[in-house]
Amino acid sequence: MPAPYQFPYLVGGAETLARPASEPRPPSKMATDGLNVFYGQFHAIKHVTLSLPDRRVSALIGPSGCGKSTFLRALNRMHDLTPEARVEGSVTLDGTDIYGPGIDPVEVRHRIGMVFQRANPFPKSIFENVVFGPKVHGERRHRELIEICERSLVKAALWDEVKDRLNSSALGLSGGQQQRLCIARQLAVEPEVILMDEPASALDPLATAKIEDLIFALRRDYAVVIVTHSMQQAARVSDLTSFFLLGEMIETGPTAEVFTHPTDRRTEDYITGRFG
Amino acid sequence: MTTTRSQLPFGRRPLTAHMRWRYGWSAVGVIGSGFCAGLAASLLLLILGYVAIQGVAALNPAFLTHVPRPVGVPGAGVANGIVGTFIVVGIAVALATPVGVFTGIYLALFGRGRFAETVRFLADVLSGIPSIAIGLFAYTLFVQPFRHFSALSASLAFAILMLPLIIRTAEESIARVPTRVREGALALGISTYSSTIHIIVPAARAGIITGLLLAIARVTGETAPLLFTAFGSQFWELNPTNPMAVLALQVFTYAISPYEDWHRQAWAGAFLLIVAVLILNVSARLVLRNRFEA
Ligand SMILES: Nc1ncnc2c1ncn2[C@@H]1O[C@H](COP(=O)(O)OP(=O)(O)OP(=O)(O)O)[C@@H](O)[C@H]1O
Ligand SMILES: [Mg+2]
Repeated sequence: MPAPYQFPYLVGGAETLARPASEPRPPSKMATDGLNVFYGQFHAIKHVTLSLPDRRVSALIGPSGCGKSTFLRALNRMHDLTPEARVEGSVTLDGTDIYGPGIDPVEVRHRIGMVFQRANPFPKSIFENVVFGPKVHGERRHRELIEICERSLVKAALWDEVKDRLNSSALGLSGGQQQRLCIARQLAVEPEVILMDEPASALDPLATAKIEDLIFALRRDYAVVIVTHSMQQAARVSDLTSFFLLGEMIETGPTAEVFTHPTDRRTEDYITGRFG
Repeated sequence: MTTTRSQLPFGRRPLTAHMRWRYGWSAVGVIGSGFCAGLAASLLLLILGYVAIQGVAALNPAFLTHVPRPVGVPGAGVANGIVGTFIVVGIAVALATPVGVFTGIYLALFGRGRFAETVRFLADVLSGIPSIAIGLFAYTLFVQPFRHFSALSASLAFAILMLPLIIRTAEESIARVPTRVREGALALGISTYSSTIHIIVPAARAGIITGLLLAIARVTGETAPLLFTAFGSQFWELNPTNPMAVLALQVFTYAISPYEDWHRQAWAGAFLLIVAVLILNVSARLVLRNRFEA
């Protein structure tokens, strides 16, 4: 019988990990059913059926190239922009298929926001970055925009650092600040789901800690889905973890369980660092 | 005791014949290309300096404020040509900018497939067509049917000349806006249309303006298409449906005339044109330098 594995990532994370298992499983906000994504002939996502609960953080982990980003981008119809990409199967938001007939992809992305691996602020002022979404969605009152700006920046833990320079260029911010600005920009359009593709991978530990606190706070109001390469991060911020390998979803469950008692050998190999 | 080459510290070793040969050729290359660069630069400076000396000598306030007068009558000027240049080029810019910029947007954002490739190819071909041929085209289309020369037909020719440059610079500067910035806008639930208008084009603004300035610089000195479109005029003319004086055309007319007085005016006019083009080029550089400011 093999010796039980040690999970070094989990040291100190016990109280975080105790939580999800004890709570009743929340209702699902989004779900995929038999989802397939192709790039031309290449089958990048294979029959993935997964439920993403409301007001919880779901983490997607797996080795590079296994299709985490591909899966994430299928959740808000980002593949519509890639001519060679094709999506099959269903993705539902509150029970409605977002790929169904008569569904406006722009509306879908309004309700399901996305934060990217590399910060992508618009070449505009900090204020303009935050209020750009609300403005385009029809908010014209300046007072209201100012309030939205402050509220979103406070939520994104950036307000104190930028409140005196709202009119200077967003490109002058540090990488970590830019990433929080992009999160604030998302919050300003009040989505229901926030997808994050390795939001902290380009950041130093301090900035990462800020983003992680933020993600953890976001679960109060949003369904959050986060792709991460860091096992520690998944353990710290997520309630549910799904393990992907070569386009397939191998295992999903409460983070504590996936990390301490993985049911699949391949999951175990990955989280113990045998490959990936 | 003999020291072999390899025992000497690196850097003190004598060069092999092969290395000496390579360094020799390298020096010839550096000196030769430096000489050519110097020659080109001094030729340009010579031209600029000569035109400046000849031009400044003939410049005076009347030259800038008066209309042409008969040979020998003092106080002649090219004011109508200067204004005419602004009118003809201005209308050309108004015609070419929307078409060029929207074509550039189309090519950069949606430009896959055969149609887009054809448009790109045609733009490249168009940029190589001699300006006199384009003038002839404008003449056939806009002058012949009306039996009347007009500034408008010159603007049409200029607009066609400017188009390829505007299209390609707009396309390039829009394509340079990173995809992730586009995706960032879309992830906010913003339509492609809005993100193009409010994010992509403003982000590419500096490049687009640069292209525009260079296109203006290119046509400001064009003369050939004007010969049978704007035609020229001795008088104040502000109506673009009439023949109009244009500075480049006046320079041409004066330069081929047999009169000493007109030759001097040709130099002064050429000097003005060079200054205008220089200003346009310098502003194009300045615009590009500040391009990452929000
Ligand atoms: N536009 C595309 N065209 C063709 N193949 C693609 C495209 N984008 C991704 N792929 C392929 O699909 C597979 C999954 O890619 P994806 O970006 O989803 O991986 P990932 O799990 O996010 O990896 P990483 O952790 O490195 O970000 C990879 O094999 C990749 O090469
Ligand atoms: Mg990825």
